[in-house]
Amino acid sequence: MAEPNALLNNPTTETAGTPREQDLIARVQRGQSELFYDLVRPYERRVYAAAMAILRNESDAEDVAQEAMLKALANIRQFRAEARFSTWLIQITVNEALMRRRRERTAKMEAIDDRREEESEYTPRDFADWREIPSEALERKEVRQKLAAALATLDRKYREVFMLRDMEQLNIQETAEALGISVASVKTRLLRARLMLRDLLAGGWEQGWFSRLPFEKGTKPW
Amino acid sequence: MVNGQAVNCELVWREISNYVDGEVDAGLRVAMDEHFRACRRCASVLEGTRNVVRLYRDERMMEVPSGFGRRLERRLAQSAPTPGRGWSTWSAWLVPVAALALFAGGYRVADSLTVSHPMQSKMAEPGHGIPPEMLVVVSAGAKDFHVPGCPFIHNKNEERTLTAKEAMREGYVPCVRCMRKYLETARAEKISLELESAAEDNDSGQESHGGD
Repeated sequence: MAEPNALLNNPTTETAGTPREQDLIARVQRGQSELFYDLVRPYERRVYAAAMAILRNESDAEDVAQEAMLKALANIRQFRAEARFSTWLIQITVNEALMRRRRERTAKMEAIDDRREEESEYTPRDFADWREIPSEALERKEVRQKLAAALATLDRKYREVFMLRDMEQLNIQETAEALGISVASVKTRLLRARLMLRDLLAGGWEQGWFSRLPFEKGTKPW
Repeated sequence: MVNGQAVNCELVWREISNYVDGEVDAGLRVAMDEHFRACRRCASVLEGTRNVVRLYRDERMMEVPSGFGRRLERRLAQSAPTPGRGWSTWSAWLVPVAALALFAGGYRVADSLTVSHPMQSKMAEPGHGIPPEMLVVVSAGAKDFHVPGCPFIHNKNEERTLTAKEAMREGYVPCVRCMRKYLETARAEKISLELESAAEDNDSGQESHGGD
């Protein structure tokens, strides 16, 4: 696990932000801390989700998200302009969340998960035909809840890697650094997480979670 | 090893995540492409995996509790340290604040202005003790009025200077950071002046007494 200061000093992504974001960063670094919220507002969902992925408790996740933002502000001068600001924020948040979890030992029960052999291969169970699910399906709260529930059933080590890689969109290397595990472990866990979710969602596909009602309530298509 | 050769389903499943991420070498990619065209089961696995990645990547999947942004903004405003500066910033702008108070001629703490206007902000506190003629700063889109130079002024490009009395009449509320600090300083200074004055009176009394 990387030390917090190492993360603060070493954002690993090489994609710089928009000119507006770069300008905001420069101004906050010069002391205009009142602009910091404008800077982080586009990422507040991602920061909260990262904390939530690790802590799984709304209250703790919000507190850690706030702490991480404050830490980012206090250390904003250590941020390098050529890095991606969102990645830096997420890395700080993950680190804060992991430290909180260690402190409060909330992982006691879930630690059992980690004893399982992660290298064993996963065989897909469902081979029904799929087609592309339109993103409009996410407008429905029911669909979002089903997806969240499926994710919540994964073991911690798979869920965390999936959250950071696919939801927070860190790359493989960044995910490995944030969680303090090897690149190979990230790839193995990610594969398994994606395939397990796919099988879990296949049932929903058959039950019509993702399809819109073909006609409005009260009207009939015939 | 896979160049020009067919790959089996087990290898495809093992590599499908890397394939989706574009992290397989060109030879394996070609072999997997070929396999997907021929194998409906693996094509189904691929399509399902892509759906999973695309759906969960959507920001709508990241819901935050109601009021999260507002609470975050408040905590940042209340707790934010100035990067690499600390309290030197406060002391730096408290000097012109003191000068401003004298310049505005409103340095009469006892002449407090009580706000009767309904407060617009949940963070509002009545401006007890603020000199009515003190010059303060407001900005477009914000609800607070500030001591000039306060680091918590939003939209610095659209600042407007007016008296505290006018600001309160317009419905602005005192910034809980800079105005509180200002009032504490002003009160401390007033007490200090009174003590000095009392000490001088005392000294002159002693001198005249000693002269007798």
